[in-house]
Amino acid sequence: MYFGLSEDQEFFKDNVSKFLQDHAPLDIIKKIIEDDEHDLKNNIKNGLVNLGINSLLIPEEYGGLGLDLLFATAVSQSLGENIAPFSFLSSYVMAPIALINGGNTEQKEKYLKGILENKYKFGVGFSESISARNDFGFIFKDNKINGKSIFVLDADDVSHLLLADENGVIGVVDTSDKNIEIIKLTTVDKTRSYSEVIFKNASIDVLENSITDIEPLKKSIDAGRIILAADSLGASEALIRKAVAYSKERKQFGRAIGSFQAVKHMCAEMASDLEPCYSLVWHAAHCFDNIPDESRLMACHAKSHVSEVSKVISKKATEVHGGMGFTDLMGIHYWFKRIGVNRQNLGSPETIREEAAKIQNL
Amino acid sequence: MNLNYGPEYKNFKKEVISFCKKWEGVHFVDEAKSPLTPITKVGGKKITRTEWQSILIKEGYFARSIPKEYGGYGGESDVIKNRIIATEFSNHGVPSPMSGQGIDMLVPTLLELGTEQQKKQYIEKTLLGEIIWCQGYSEPNAGSDLASLQTKGELVDGNWVINGQKIWTSTAQYSQMMFCLVRTEPEAKKHAGISYLLIPMETPGIEIRPLVDMTLKAGFNEVFFTNVTIPEANIVGKRGEGWAVANATLTHERGSLTNPNATMNRVNSLINIMKKETINGKKLIDIPVYRDKLMTLQAKVMAFQSNSLRVLSAKLNPGQDVKMAGMIQKYYGTELRHELEGFAVDVMGEIGTLYESSPHLRDKGSWQFLYMYYLGLIIGGGTSQIQKNIIAERGLGMPREPKVQEV
Ligand SMILES: Cc1cc2nc3c(=O)[nH]c(=O)nc-3n(C[C@H](O)[C@H](O)[C@H](O)COP(=O)(O)OP(=O)(O)OC[C@H]3O[C@@H](n4cnc5c(N)ncnc54)[C@H](O)[C@@H]3O)c2cc1C
Repeated sequence: MYFGLSEDQEFFKDNVSKFLQDHAPLDIIKKIIEDDEHDLKNNIKNGLVNLGINSLLIPEEYGGLGLDLLFATAVSQSLGENIAPFSFLSSYVMAPIALINGGNTEQKEKYLKGILENKYKFGVGFSESISARNDFGFIFKDNKINGKSIFVLDADDVSHLLLADENGVIGVVDTSDKNIEIIKLTTVDKTRSYSEVIFKNASIDVLENSITDIEPLKKSIDAGRIILAADSLGASEALIRKAVAYSKERKQFGRAIGSFQAVKHMCAEMASDLEPCYSLVWHAAHCFDNIPDESRLMACHAKSHVSEVSKVISKKATEVHGGMGFTDLMGIHYWFKRIGVNRQNLGSPETIREEAAKIQNL
Repeated sequence: MNLNYGPEYKNFKKEVISFCKKWEGVHFVDEAKSPLTPITKVGGKKITRTEWQSILIKEGYFARSIPKEYGGYGGESDVIKNRIIATEFSNHGVPSPMSGQGIDMLVPTLLELGTEQQKKQYIEKTLLGEIIWCQGYSEPNAGSDLASLQTKGELVDGNWVINGQKIWTSTAQYSQMMFCLVRTEPEAKKHAGISYLLIPMETPGIEIRPLVDMTLKAGFNEVFFTNVTIPEANIVGKRGEGWAVANATLTHERGSLTNPNATMNRVNSLINIMKKETINGKKLIDIPVYRDKLMTLQAKVMAFQSNSLRVLSAKLNPGQDVKMAGMIQKYYGTELRHELEGFAVDVMGEIGTLYESSPHLRDKGSWQFLYMYYLGLIIGGGTSQIQKNIIAERGLGMPREPKVQEV
């Protein structure tokens, strides 16, 4: 029995972190966001792809690494820790899992290879299947899609979109289709992109096995939730580390603020709240990979619990930094905002807890 | 990640299950000494606690790694087997082995630091429940700041003569023995002047005054010492080393105060109540705010369970770093349990406040009782605030409080 990340997982995770620390420190991220520096962003993307990040979950028969979700979870922690301006969730987790489970042979061959060869990138629009809004929604009919989807994840600069309708059927749309319009949304989190997409009789390739089976969609959402939880976990870890480091440096009343118990206790509370989250998220990923019966509930609880914990951490860590914490200079708000948006993606905590209750027939 | 215990444990689990089936419904003829002793079903076999302890030891389900010569089973220590035993006993409603400060704290201390004579004299009887121990650490003016304790011990003609007072001593009124911290070296510095003594509670000069606690059930005590005289040999470790000896046991205590699986069992009991009870024609489980809070707590308990698997893993895989995961357990576990029990009271509303032998009690009033009991555990064994100091200073490396000039 061994509960924790394996050496390989730790090693890969550290490599991702190291790459990001070297190539995507906060000042670079700020440049990308403020000046829309495409080249800088592409450097980061290419560097991560060179590490093999796009092939983690692609099965070996399609030339990928065929690793499990726990591996991707470890990577996601690093991405969150370093607020990476990179869309991992859609292209490299949710799309592969939806395709593996929902695609027919041809579809898998085409799209999985495309991801692997770095030719295809995906945005994911599953909001309508999780919490549909009255003025959004679309219909698949005769291989055409009509309507609109809101909060499509990572739709910036991608070749394809993955959409799921209210019945859980998944379809792939090519973004070069003239009959779609992608409108960028502005959230507080500028490290990743969120869009609204309007479809006017655009062509759609419906994933064959998703027509009669809801599992491809559910699995993709479960995985996405675990990956988002891991992202917030990593971001929270970074915040605690920053708060503790700052508290040792900053002096007031002639002593380090970290020696004041009020500050110390905020940090201890953050650490105590976060520590079990590592285990919960890894356990959820392990269940996803090996114990399907327990997987969905674990994914729900991991996402909603980590969302709650990291929200509080993002507040307290900001407070420990005092006025500095509120400035753009220090940049704590990037982590605060990333956590804030992760919390709502693929279901707010309340939405997910209701699902968790239903899963248990409560 | 590998959560399989391995094939050899499959058989072990089967053995434990068949043992549990055989003893299902067993209950005790003698009174429980601790309010937390599991409630057993009525019917089935009757047995004394001591008989039960000796059956468990013989099977290797208790005192597994304690050598035979001291009354244990004499096997290898095996955390996985311990976990299987605990899980199956709880699943089958078979009473757990006794626990308490003697078993959880004193026995490990004696095994580590006691003399041969002390091990022979005390361990077996403690395991069998023939000697109940109490912990005489806290004093009226030495709680969190335990090392400032003032109860005095002087060596006179080959005997320790003890004078002073202890307080909040749990189970003192039922105990045969006390392990006690006493200041024996008044000239030495605060931490270096303490010794760890073993005191028979029947010694003349000891007066026990029960102190009613908020549950009205558990009950701790004040213990007064007036020229209490015990043999010089009743010391564990050397003179002035008592602080180190006590610290060995405090780690054992903190580990034993919270059990995530027992907490999850409480979540399940609460779910049963919420499915049954209705308010204004609506089942409690269908009331959105309660439903949401229940799921919030279930997730938190799950996180705590996973955390404890990680702590367990580190015992099997030396070198795995889980320092923080271990350090947070007392604080996290007691606060979580208190929150859960209190939530159950809220969910039941007025019915949840019924107590003692009132009509309409739910689950024998255990929710209200444990809601208060766990407030006691948040305070006892190092308060939450002290835990946070430890987590911040030793876990996160934050600077200590500047020392106040001692007077
Ligand atoms: C149910 C129960 C059972 C117990 N059983 C035993 C027993 O069997 N044997 C035994 O010896 N003792 C026992 N105790 C005593 C227990 O160990 C003490 O109550 C505990 O250590 C706190 O000490 P105190 O009560 O003196 O509180 P104090 O130390 O006076 O604390 C009062 C408040 O001040 C805070 N505080 C104190 N120092 C600090 C600090 N440095 N930083 C921040 N906050 C601080 C505390 O957190 C607390 O909130 C028991 C207590 C309880 C509640």
